[in-house]
Amino acid sequence: MHKILEKKLLRPPDVFFYKVSAPQVAAKAKAGQFVIIRLHEKGERIPLSLAGIDPAGGTISLIVMAVGKTTGEMAALKEGDEIRDVCGPLGNPTHTENAGRVILAGGGFGIAPLYPIGKAFREAGSRVVSVMGARSKSLLIYEKEMRDISDKVLITTDDGSAGMKGIITDALKGELESCGADTVMAVGPAPMMKAVCEATRPFGVKTIVSLNAIMIDGTGMCGGCRVRIGDKTKFACIDGPDFDGHLVDWDGLINRQKMYKAEEKESFEAWKKRHNLS
Amino acid sequence: MAEEKKPKKLNPKRTAVQEQDPALRRRNFEEVSLGYSAEEAVLEASRCLGCRNKPCVAGCPVSVPIPEFIAAMVSGDFAEAYRIIRSANVLPAVCGRVCPQENQCEGACTLGKKHEPVAIGRLERFCADWRMKNGARAVPEPAAPTGMKVAVVGSGPSGITCAYDLARLGHKVTMLEALHEPGGVLFYGIPEFRLPKKIVTAEIDTLRQMGVQIMTNAVAGKIITLEEIMGRFDACFIGVGAGLPRFMGIPGEDLNGVYSANEFLTRTNLMRGYLFPEYDTPIRTGKRVAVIGGGNVAMDSARTAMRLGADEVTLVYRRSEAELPARAEEVHHGKEEGLRFEMCTLPTKIIGEDGWVKAIECVRMELCEMDQSGRRRPNPMAGSEFEIPVDTVIMAIGTGANPLLTGTATGLVLNRGYIQADPETGKTSIPGVYAGGDIVTGAATVISAMGAGRKAARAIHEYLSSMKR
Repeated sequence: MHKILEKKLLRPPDVFFYKVSAPQVAAKAKAGQFVIIRLHEKGERIPLSLAGIDPAGGTISLIVMAVGKTTGEMAALKEGDEIRDVCGPLGNPTHTENAGRVILAGGGFGIAPLYPIGKAFREAGSRVVSVMGARSKSLLIYEKEMRDISDKVLITTDDGSAGMKGIITDALKGELESCGADTVMAVGPAPMMKAVCEATRPFGVKTIVSLNAIMIDGTGMCGGCRVRIGDKTKFACIDGPDFDGHLVDWDGLINRQKMYKAEEKESFEAWKKRHNLS
Repeated sequence: MAEEKKPKKLNPKRTAVQEQDPALRRRNFEEVSLGYSAEEAVLEASRCLGCRNKPCVAGCPVSVPIPEFIAAMVSGDFAEAYRIIRSANVLPAVCGRVCPQENQCEGACTLGKKHEPVAIGRLERFCADWRMKNGARAVPEPAAPTGMKVAVVGSGPSGITCAYDLARLGHKVTMLEALHEPGGVLFYGIPEFRLPKKIVTAEIDTLRQMGVQIMTNAVAGKIITLEEIMGRFDACFIGVGAGLPRFMGIPGEDLNGVYSANEFLTRTNLMRGYLFPEYDTPIRTGKRVAVIGGGNVAMDSARTAMRLGADEVTLVYRRSEAELPARAEEVHHGKEEGLRFEMCTLPTKIIGEDGWVKAIECVRMELCEMDQSGRRRPNPMAGSEFEIPVDTVIMAIGTGANPLLTGTATGLVLNRGYIQADPETGKTSIPGVYAGGDIVTGAATVISAMGAGRKAARAIHEYLSSMKR
């Protein structure tokens, strides 16, 4: 059992921040790793990126957008409530050594896991530029945190309510043209990461992505998270989650993420009906 | 003077066991075999010849004193029969259900030369179930604490056996399990209809009552390295199994609707996907399912797909039915439940439409000369290509060694990913580190893993005793 020590609404109406007690996980976790949680006896196991690691405090931070049954249930949890299972740290840490000038590209609430990653790059001696995109200013999260660990921050919004008007790849291309980079790291929804990889490809800059595949165990046992990387099949859980974005079969990944769309909807609707939510 | 018993006429057939009607059970997850009644058990036990040379015992990987426990059953003393079995086998309720008896005890039974062998597995199961129903479960009194601490990594058959033996000897055992539920393959792999999970849970509870501490969600290699384990414990047993699923490497394996057997069974058993949406984890079968492979895992997957509501389930195996590695009883049960068998058939391609499986393309095989395994080598027949329309494909073609723990264990000598260990003691290249089960031998049986766990426990006990001196 893992107590929720802190919970806040990060971005209305549905993105939440949680600080969870998990001393053993926090003692071992490194930037870029993830955990698998299960809320209760009948719950599913879902992978969540680490948005913060505090070994001294024995806590980890998680950011969750309530888009389905499990995340909806999580949104209903309060400070002091408990999460039944937290398994981790899983996956390999992000390689942060000798990265040179690094551009972090974060889309949506994918910005959150970039925070510990950027911090680790910075501590390893990299210069960090963060490029954050959102539809509008009110949807932007983790801006202060990213400023804390970045040498430069570029913000794009679709409506121009903050930073430059446009999408994240516009700012990314501009930055690559004007200043260049040794490494680009992208975290976010698969279509966003795919777009980032297409944007960086002409520049020939190494582009690392953190893949969010469907998983059960997270230990290499089920093979559900398999993804084509170049001409090889890899498991996102034990071979990743970080991969060379220019080698990822994005369409294959995006297709596999849709495997349970119908069931996810069924489960969410049934749950909302039970709880009189619309 | 004792009453002279007349020699009974030996029944050449084994006593039949009650089973769920195939037409019903193919759609439910209740256990297939209902087990013997006490009368049936005694009747079957009385078929044992009690032969002197005991070939059955030699055929058992953990040397259960079979004629002795059967003799106790004949005299109606089921408690004693259970005690005798348990002296050699920690998990009789499990082994009675899942051991490949036809290759072990029953395969060696003298009676089997002319008639049907004694149904040893069913008798073992009866005793274990009888014990569970009648009175408190036997929790052995551990020896006085030795002050020694042992880590057991993995809570499957080898780990359970090793932990049990070590705890009984007075050592303090901590068990690490990566999943949220202990039991390993007994929990996530073998389906409810063949091994009810309450049996596994009861065995795990016995360990807890003996003082074994079980840490779930503890992925060794991630939350703790082998080096750190050896810093905190006096010895370690590694029984992490061979959990990495293999795929065939044919086109289309990444389509939606293609599962590894591990994923398919884990979603169903561990996550209770068959109770979706009451339980949150979904599983998909569609109407037509092909299972690739011929072992117990393939049979379990195929029969699970049937129970999840598939109309047509086809087992696709590259050799002939005679070579099927699955337990004979499972093949028999599967046939009764309506599984289709496409033998001497090899999938060459999975055909998709809009990202989903639509069919598998196969080629017929002919069996040629014997290969190294003593089985006839299958070769594709030119021009025999054909398609099977399916919605779901389940790959049950074996597993490999998981690198999570071994990859971080410096100094641990491996052999193609598997741990190199002495087959008699489980001793590895690192002092105090022992290993057994599938992570040493590659995928094998529950009982052979238990045998390895027992041998390692003995060796660890000797090692710890020598340390003390």
